[in-house]
Amino acid sequence: MWAMVVNEFRQMRRDHRALAMMIVLPLLMLVVFGYAASFDVSDVPVRVVGPQAEQVASELPDTLAVEEVVPADGEEEGRDALVDGAVVAVVVTSKTGEGRVLVDGSQLFSARAVANGIAAEAPALQVEILFNPDLDTSAVMVPAIAGMILVFIGTVITSLGMVRERTAGTLEQLSVMPFRPRDVLVGKIAPYFAIAALDLLVVIGVGVLLFDVPFNGSPWLLALGSALFLLVTLGIGLLVSSVSENSGQAIQLALMTLLPQVLLSGMIFPLEAMAAGIRWLAYILPLTYFVDISRAVMLRGASIEAVAQPLALLAVLGTVVFGLALLRTRRDLVPVRRRTRSKDPGPDPGPEREPHAVAP
Amino acid sequence: MTFSLEAVVVRRHARTDLDHVDLAGRAGSLSAVVGGDGAGKTTLLRTLVGALTPSAGQITTPARERIGYVPASSGVYPDLSVAENLRFSAAAFGSRGEGRDMRTRELLAATGLTDARDRLAGNLSGGMRQKLAFACAMLHAPDLLVMDEPTTGLDPMSRSELWRLVSIALGSGTAAVFATTYVEEAARADHVLVLDRGRTLVSDAPAQVIRDLPGQVVSLPGATPEHPSWRRGRVRHAWIATGPPPSEARAVEPDLEDAVIVKALAARMASLPEPLR
Repeated sequence: MWAMVVNEFRQMRRDHRALAMMIVLPLLMLVVFGYAASFDVSDVPVRVVGPQAEQVASELPDTLAVEEVVPADGEEEGRDALVDGAVVAVVVTSKTGEGRVLVDGSQLFSARAVANGIAAEAPALQVEILFNPDLDTSAVMVPAIAGMILVFIGTVITSLGMVRERTAGTLEQLSVMPFRPRDVLVGKIAPYFAIAALDLLVVIGVGVLLFDVPFNGSPWLLALGSALFLLVTLGIGLLVSSVSENSGQAIQLALMTLLPQVLLSGMIFPLEAMAAGIRWLAYILPLTYFVDISRAVMLRGASIEAVAQPLALLAVLGTVVFGLALLRTRRDLVPVRRRTRSKDPGPDPGPEREPHAVAP
Repeated sequence: MTFSLEAVVVRRHARTDLDHVDLAGRAGSLSAVVGGDGAGKTTLLRTLVGALTPSAGQITTPARERIGYVPASSGVYPDLSVAENLRFSAAAFGSRGEGRDMRTRELLAATGLTDARDRLAGNLSGGMRQKLAFACAMLHAPDLLVMDEPTTGLDPMSRSELWRLVSIALGSGTAAVFATTYVEEAARADHVLVLDRGRTLVSDAPAQVIRDLPGQVVSLPGATPEHPSWRRGRVRHAWIATGPPPSEARAVEPDLEDAVIVKALAARMASLPEPLR
């Protein structure tokens, strides 16, 4: 039995990925659940508008962190700020001193915090919840789950597909076939892209039809955000496959990229409730931006200007990640001739021949 | 020449896998690359087909569209059927239409896979899978066919079938190169290249390799400390490098395997310091 124990430890020591999973994952869980796993939002960004804005702002409950006081603005500008996602709530004041609080229902936990805070400490203010009037969990979860499915197909399934080529020995065969590397890559990921797009349609269709999730924005804008997000997830999938020698390793690594995204993207726990250090971690995860875009477009009907920043960040992430993935995958796919063939080293060997020479 | 490697060097991970190796073949010729594990056979073939970058040397091959490659792992898709694998290879090499269909039918018949055309490649026996890999590589009638240990793990019947198919390909003008650990298999080649730790040990026609054998090979009843010997079936063959053979020795007609072993022994002795030879 002792021999088995020693043998197992020896194998474990050489399986760096499994070791990382055993050590990093519990640490990650600890950090996440310690600092990020909270539904309690204490500071909700609020804008106060209207003639009595200055006065009302000073009387608001502590939960509402007044970011801007704009007496010159009215309800229309307040609603626009909510659609753009600039703040979670807008307090609209009138000359008579009456006030209404417009709350962004797409930010479920923040909206609940506002509603509870007002009811407890400023009952005179009227609360109106926009975009998700009943504060339905499904309304905020469906757009986020669509993102999770894109991560699952883009990263987990794609990495498995590429690793399968390597383990079956077909990747080497592809590298010497008369394919251009981009033909192989695009041909390989296009089916996953199509399936992910179909899944997205199904998830959103079911959400809208079965769970009455509102779709107030432009489908084309969501399609653009999804395409950029898929670029990132497919890139991560390719990267994972390029450093994995078998399916087990690919799944391990892909899950290690999936789990932090699910926990820290704001999909489950609100970003506003996370500790500042963890929140910055969330801002380098692509799902954070997709969740932002999908909720903004579907629930708030946000315009392209309102989601320009997450779209741009996804485009940058996509270019970097996909570019890295291409470079790494190219190493396996680009045949020697294309890299070394340039100068004919001797007499013309004829049209059928492909000579290549490398200087010692 | 259909293909040639001249003074090819491959260095990877601070190790020289191929050290100034030459090999060439004309249309219809069969070249064998022989060597033990780690000798550099697969490296040579992968360099020839363009999957590896040589560190130095010159390689001349037909255009990529005119090369067929059978890797050691067979390189067929286990989740695709026999017919689907062939269709994919045809599409990859730009073969389509009636010509493709006819060629597919011919190859299926020649490899005996017609009845298995709808079976998944992953469910085929090793021999059938190797024949499918061969059919995929031959679908576009390449000028150069490169096979990495095509008969390893095959039963004698399947081996003989595969060589029959290779002979047909050679007859149609394809130059073929194959790697093998079986010296007796290399004897069928027009040219044999024996590699030892990335270096050329022997490179010639099999008959010439036997003719050039230094000293003589004899049969002995048992091992002797004076002469290096090796088992061949029920008897031992020994190499008499210089001088007369022992009295109990019987003369034998050396074959390629004897010649390769003698060359390896001679090279090893030459690399030893003078007093140890």
